[in-house]
Amino acid sequence: MLTQIRPAIVMIVLFTLLTGLAYPLAITGIAQLAFHDAANGSLIERKGVIVGSRLIGQSFVADNYFHGRPSATSAPDPNDASKTIDAPYNAANSGGSNLGPTSQKLVERVNAAIEAEFAAGRIDVVAADAVTTSASGLDPHISPQYALAQAAAVAAARKLPESRVRALVESRIEQRAAGFIGEPRVNVLELNLALDELH
Amino acid sequence: MNAIGLAQIAVVLATVVFAAVPLSAFIARVLAGERNVLTPVLLPVERVFYKLSGVDPAREQSWLVYTSAMLAFSVVGFASLYALQRLQNVLPLDPQGFDPVPADLAFNTSISFITNTNWQNYSGETTMSHLVQMLGLTVHNFLSAATGLAMAFALVRGFARAESPTVGNFWVDLTRGTLYVLLPLSIVVALALVALGVPQTLSGSVEATTLEGAKQVISIGPVASQEAIKELGTNGGGFFNANSAHPFESPNAISNLLEIWALLVIPFALAFAFGRAVLDFRQGRAIAIAMLIVLVCGVLIAYWAEAAGNPLLTSIGVDPSPGNMEGKEVRFGVATSALFAAATTGTSTGAVNSMHDSFMPIGGLVPLFNMLMGSIAPGGVGAGLYGFLVLAVVAVFVAGLMVGRTPEYLGKKIEAREMKLAMLAVLIYPLCVLGFSAASALLPGALASLNNAGPHGLSEIVYAFASTTDNNGSAFAGLSGNTPWYNTTLGIAMTLGRFAYVIPVLAMAGSFAAKKKAPASRGTFPTHGPLFIGLLLGVIVVLYLLQYFPALALGPVVEHLLLAAGKTF
Repeated sequence: MLTQIRPAIVMIVLFTLLTGLAYPLAITGIAQLAFHDAANGSLIERKGVIVGSRLIGQSFVADNYFHGRPSATSAPDPNDASKTIDAPYNAANSGGSNLGPTSQKLVERVNAAIEAEFAAGRIDVVAADAVTTSASGLDPHISPQYALAQAAAVAAARKLPESRVRALVESRIEQRAAGFIGEPRVNVLELNLALDELH
Repeated sequence: MNAIGLAQIAVVLATVVFAAVPLSAFIARVLAGERNVLTPVLLPVERVFYKLSGVDPAREQSWLVYTSAMLAFSVVGFASLYALQRLQNVLPLDPQGFDPVPADLAFNTSISFITNTNWQNYSGETTMSHLVQMLGLTVHNFLSAATGLAMAFALVRGFARAESPTVGNFWVDLTRGTLYVLLPLSIVVALALVALGVPQTLSGSVEATTLEGAKQVISIGPVASQEAIKELGTNGGGFFNANSAHPFESPNAISNLLEIWALLVIPFALAFAFGRAVLDFRQGRAIAIAMLIVLVCGVLIAYWAEAAGNPLLTSIGVDPSPGNMEGKEVRFGVATSALFAAATTGTSTGAVNSMHDSFMPIGGLVPLFNMLMGSIAPGGVGAGLYGFLVLAVVAVFVAGLMVGRTPEYLGKKIEAREMKLAMLAVLIYPLCVLGFSAASALLPGALASLNNAGPHGLSEIVYAFASTTDNNGSAFAGLSGNTPWYNTTLGIAMTLGRFAYVIPVLAMAGSFAAKKKAPASRGTFPTHGPLFIGLLLGVIVVLYLLQYFPALALGPVVEHLLLAAGKTF
């Protein structure tokens, strides 16, 4: 075993240089040159301000914006570092609820979300993504069904004709790639940015 | 379940098999030391590695020397990774100023990455500096996979050779596996991922001002380079806590399918490469078909369970048509989430694109049972092949008992020594999984880590020990594993699952290599046809279903029945 120690140490050092430094740095170099936007997080700027990433969902609570899915992300409690507090769409600490299918907490949380949907006047059958948390807590998308269900309430809050807002949502629906890969969806941040452009 | 979901599953599996066949020819050439397309570029690099480390590539090793080289390499890897984490605050490339990783967590993480497990008791974006992610975790993503590749080939040589005192040279297998197989594939997949939207930068975070005026800090980093080897090396350790569910790790449905493809392709290629190495392609094909059958069964069961939605939520007014969406991403949907779950646990990857803890009871049973079978369909890089070959030996032995002949596999007589070694390997899993799970279920301190009550809580514990023992690394992530009890016991489970399994396997390799190769006769049991595939599947079902039925009955099965009765916890 002792005769194997030298190759073990030398190999670790060499492979660290090759796969731990040269490989990620080379990929970083190529990525920054060839795919600059994606390599830096697909950020969206408006009037010189970074308003987010088109890949990362953000929290919307105002009536005049479309809302994303509920998010289970948390943040350290500022008053007690050993505890956490709810912090939806915390893009510095991704994660899901991890509640199992028979969890009482899950059923109560979903029930409360359904009641909020009804109170907000979105009275279609409740879309599954409207009341469930995503795996990452940062899901940038909602289903077309949930987006359309919100159109009337958003139009009312903005004093816009509902038909214009519905038309905007429909123009923003992304279909499955090649007709069968992935699911139809709407990017909430991009939809809301387009909404701000409507007058 | 619908045609669109099934079509996505079929396309991924077809492209995996389509790519695995030519890849297997390449891998077989690389590990046989033959010239290949990359030789002109990589041979000089390879020579530098041997020269500096004092390795004579022409000198082969007995199984015992081969094993001690592998162990020495693992010990040094563990020590260096542990040191990197403990010293990250004084080392460069720590843009977010993280503190040193605590001792028990650093122990757990080091074991986790050198054993190809990638169990993560930490969340990457709040714990590890970029230096640790690159020099520590990315490096061991390559090296633990290359180690698995090497061990599988040692066993393959045991079957391919006759009366040979040696099984290959560990340092050569390690070097060639990394340089020729893992690194080139990773470069291609990493660049494809960046093109699809995965970030690759050295900065640590971006601050955005949301439309509603709030501050949003977005963690970022060199994600694509780690993502590629995470899947190709069947490692599974995510850059972010949410793993491949995080939109930066997998931004869209195409990147999702590419990642599933990447985590399946090398394990399937190795099954075919085995056939080529023993000069009978049909032998490898039989293994690959058996693996595919187990994988497809799992995918379909999980998809069926998830597609129906959660009846408890349907009854209060939620639309069931998209399926069970708790813990899933809209862009992936339930079909490819189920496929990812079965593929990541059928291999020893453990990456997730959806939260397994929130799967339906039967949907969660699939990844759990895949791991209890030792993640062998198609298994981790190397680990899947040697795991499956151990089962093939057991299957041939059972067949031999039934007809009263000395069992043979590929012309090698299977005798008492090989059977004892095979059983030693096979039995370490239930010992670890059931032993540690039982202890955790009795300790109040261990139970405090659960996120769910009732039978689902038991599933969380069994899942954790199944995942670590078989070096998978996926989690029912509600379990808070970052406690001294779990950091330690899960660390021990990972160590035993890797080394207590593979040392008997390498001993088998040595034992088979030394044997004569008996020519096939009319009485030889053919091991390339449907009869053998059926026997192999039967052995797998009998062996694992019997061992784990009581634990599964108390976890997911009873949860399924109680859910049907409307019970919550």
